[in-house]
Amino acid sequence: MVSGPVLDEKAYVRGGAAQTAVKILIVGHFAVGKTTFVGTMSEIPPLTTEETMTQAGEDIDDLKGVRGKTTTTVAMDFGRLTISDHVVLYLFGTPGQQRFVQMWEDMARGALGALVLVDPERLADSFAVIDLIEQYGLAYAIAVNHFDGTPIRGEEALREALDLLPDTPVVTCDARDENSSASALITLVHYLQDRVR
Amino acid sequence: MTDSERQEPEAAELVRPYVITNGRDLPDGDQFSLITLVTAAADHQQRPARLSPEEQSLLEMCSGGYLSVAEIAGHLRLPMGVVKILLNALAEGGYLITRAPVARARLVDEQILQEVLDGLRARFG
Repeated sequence: MVSGPVLDEKAYVRGGAAQTAVKILIVGHFAVGKTTFVGTMSEIPPLTTEETMTQAGEDIDDLKGVRGKTTTTVAMDFGRLTISDHVVLYLFGTPGQQRFVQMWEDMARGALGALVLVDPERLADSFAVIDLIEQYGLAYAIAVNHFDGTPIRGEEALREALDLLPDTPVVTCDARDENSSASALITLVHYLQDRVR
Repeated sequence: MTDSERQEPEAAELVRPYVITNGRDLPDGDQFSLITLVTAAADHQQRPARLSPEEQSLLEMCSGGYLSVAEIAGHLRLPMGVVKILLNALAEGGYLITRAPVARARLVDEQILQEVLDGLRARFG
C-alpha cells in the first residue's frame, strides 16, 4: 500500500485553475550545474522524476532485437517558478545524451526554449548537447557556468568552438546565484521574443 | 545477454510498475504532458473502493490543488510512465480536472514570453 505524501499548501500551483504552464529546458553535459541551476531558481524544493528507458545498443538496427536492448533509468530534476497569475514556469534539468530519444521528445515538445549550461574548461563535452537541441529545433542561449564571476575569456573563441550563430546569446552565469541565474534566463527569454516577432 | 543477467534486480523494478498499473498501457493520444496541470474533481466524495491504493493516494494528493504531472510523479516517487497510466485511468473515471498547456502559436508565444520576461524582471531585475 502506497500512502501519498501529505503536501504543504505551497506545494500546489498558486491559482492553478487560471494558470498556463510553460517550460524551459536547462540542458548540459554531466556535472555542468543543471541541478544547481534548477535548485537556485525553483520556488519549491526541486523534485526528481525517473523514467525507465529502453535503450537500443548502437550496433542494433533491428527493432525486433529485443534481446539486444537494455533498460536504463534517467533522472530529471525540475523546479517551478510562478511568474504571474497566468503563467507558471517549469524548469527541467535535462541530461544531454543522444540515446534518450523518447525522453527528449517529451521534453522538447512545447518547450519555449533551452538554456545550455557550458563549462568553459570542457567545451567539447557540449557539442553533443547542442547538436541534440538543434535537432529538436529548440531555440537556445548559452550560459557559461563560471564560478568565480570573472568575464568569459575569449567569447569569440568560444563561439567558434561551439559553432554558434552570430545572434545566439552567450552569457556568463553562476548557477549558485539567484540573480545571476535569473539574468541568464532573462537573456534567453528576450532572445526567444526577438525570434517570434 | 545471458540468463543470469536477465534476472538482475532490474526485474523487480519492472514488475512493480506493471502491478501498479494493473497491466494497463498508455492509450493512444495520451493527453498528459509533463506540465499538464491536474487537480481532483470536486464531486468525488464517494470514491469507489475499486480504485487501487496508488490511484487513491494520487487522487488524495491532487485534492489539495493543482500540480503538474511531473510534480505528481516526483512526489509519489513513481516513474513518469506509470503516473501517466494512473492519470489516464482516473481521468476516464471522471475523477480529475486537467489543464493542458496551450498549443504553441505565434500570438500566444508573444504574450507568454512577454509575461515571463516581465515576471522575471519584476522579481529579480
